Amino acid sequence: MLKLSEQVYSAMRTHGEETYPHECCGVLLGRSEGDVNCVEDAVRAGNTRTDSAHNRYNIAPQELVKIQRQGRERGLDIVGFYHSHPDHPAQWSKTDFAEAHWLGCSYVITSVQKGRATVTNSFLLTGSGEDDKAFLDEALEVERCSVAAL
Amino acid sequence: MKIHIPTPLRVYAGKQDSVSVNATTVGEALGQLTEEHPDLKKHLYSEDGKLRAFVNVYLNDEDIRYLPAKDSTPVSEADSLSIIPSIAGGAPVMEEATALPELSTAEMARYSRHLILPEVGMEGQQRLKAAKVLCVGTGGLGAPLAFYLAAAGIGTLGLVDFDVVDESNLQRQIIHSTKDVGRPKIDSAADKLSALNPHMKIVKHETMLTSQNALDIIKDYDIVADGTDNFPTRYLVNDACVLSGKPNAYGSIFRFEGQASVFATEEGPCYRCLYPEPPPPGLVPSCAEGGVLGILPGLVGIIQATEVIKLILGKGDPLIGRLLLVDSLGMKFRELKLRKNPECPVCGTNPTVTKLIDYDQFCGIQPAAAPAAVLNGIEQITPMDLKRRLDAKDDVFVLDVREPYEFQIASMGGHLIPLNDLPKRVSELDASREIVVHCKMGGRSQKAAEFLKQNGFTKVQNLAGGINAWSAEIDPTVPKY
Repeated sequence: MLKLSEQVYSAMRTHGEETYPHECCGVLLGRSEGDVNCVEDAVRAGNTRTDSAHNRYNIAPQELVKIQRQGRERGLDIVGFYHSHPDHPAQWSKTDFAEAHWLGCSYVITSVQKGRATVTNSFLLTGSGEDDKAFLDEALEVERCSVAAL
Repeated sequence: MKIHIPTPLRVYAGKQDSVSVNATTVGEALGQLTEEHPDLKKHLYSEDGKLRAFVNVYLNDEDIRYLPAKDSTPVSEADSLSIIPSIAGGAPVMEEATALPELSTAEMARYSRHLILPEVGMEGQQRLKAAKVLCVGTGGLGAPLAFYLAAAGIGTLGLVDFDVVDESNLQRQIIHSTKDVGRPKIDSAADKLSALNPHMKIVKHETMLTSQNALDIIKDYDIVADGTDNFPTRYLVNDACVLSGKPNAYGSIFRFEGQASVFATEEGPCYRCLYPEPPPPGLVPSCAEGGVLGILPGLVGIIQATEVIKLILGKGDPLIGRLLLVDSLGMKFRELKLRKNPECPVCGTNPTVTKLIDYDQFCGIQPAAAPAAVLNGIEQITPMDLKRRLDAKDDVFVLDVREPYEFQIASMGGHLIPLNDLPKRVSELDASREIVVHCKMGGRSQKAAEFLKQNGFTKVQNLAGGINAWSAEIDPTVPKY
């Protein structure tokens, strides 16, 4: 399950509307608790795919190193990523799957139709490696994460 | 030092978010990590021992693939390594992989030496047949490039050229023959290519590549091979490739030296990462001004062709992030590491060039205007006017400021003082006489005339277009070179 606050949820969706007709992308920082990825913050990332930004995204590893470091300083881990599908359904594509390597992380996709965010889905990348990895539909719970409970 | 482990790999590292190692180099640190946590190895490295394509390792803020000393880079306790799997994806594209074209019996016979290579094989040859490659220019680089790509079985070859074949091209542009002099290069090239390989499709773009048409031409191709000979077109090809996401197999030549690389791939640098700004106009002479060893474009063009084939097959190590330097006199090949510049104006993180610009202006080239009558205070004389003066037996002293070896190739009977010798030999000249200065094309003689004027010579004129214009307009028995 992916737990996130209303704020984070709408931040991801707004980001997708802002970059429409291009894909947006970002990193979800939080904590992983058993089967639950609990998101504390969504950090925007620049889409480096200027050549084909309407249907591709790529986060520069350098930017990822920085986001990871900032997260560490706040005691947070990378627990997932989000991106948008402009004028396409909120379902993972072949490319999404081929390029997904963060096992155990949540991949959140928001469909942005004609500039408006519609459906947001989350997929958990499961498996032990490239050979047996799979995307599982994941429940998405929008609420305030209770830090005290962790 | 600390090695930071990303969330998905922590299960293979004892659930730790970082592992401390005591190492002196990057290689040692990673070695210790995988020794301590052997399960990590197959997640980080492929079977041939190379770092997996989707795994990035950063030493502080540097990708270790681009560190000059790579694995041998020294590290200290304060450094940290981060393992970063890549993040990418995107919405589904309409055209999912289409079936590869079948080979005919004739094609199988033709490509048999490819088909028995495991690295090419039937699938590779079919990929070559499906591929569409654009050759910009059919000159020195374009000639061998297009020739070998045609022979190798590229299915669709686009050619861009607007020039006509000149006698002086034949010393290196082997796709054209003596009988083609005066013909459009594109027709001459297309004839040779279809004679070599009738199975391929040739698309002729008889035009100059411009900011207006480049994206439209390039969009139908998979790969671009840049065989241009000037900076504005080179920057245009680069930017158009970056903007349309097509790799650019680049080559360039000068006198005895050449360069080759593969630019504008998703991961690698582009030409602007290497040279953000063009040199000031006139600093780097063109091949027409500086000369070029005829064989050299053959050498470099074939390196470009090799890279094109490798990109299509997806085999070997392409010249991405590497600049190959060819020195034909020393016969040495050197390699420079190139890095993608995050600040690059066209392929960087925040590009400022998002559409094609005016490349002549970018390269500081003035639009060609009608020849001026007076340039920097020096009167310009046309070949026709000079002939009239000479025929009228006017007292005109013709001064030739070219080099002695050029004088041997062609002369119009002038007094030879090479430009660089002029200051110390100025006493040979008579300031009271009218002097017409000439060189090959009019550039050096303009400098000489300006020098003479500063030194008290008042009756100095420059022959516009130099001896080449004289040959073209007045006396065809004077060889053009």
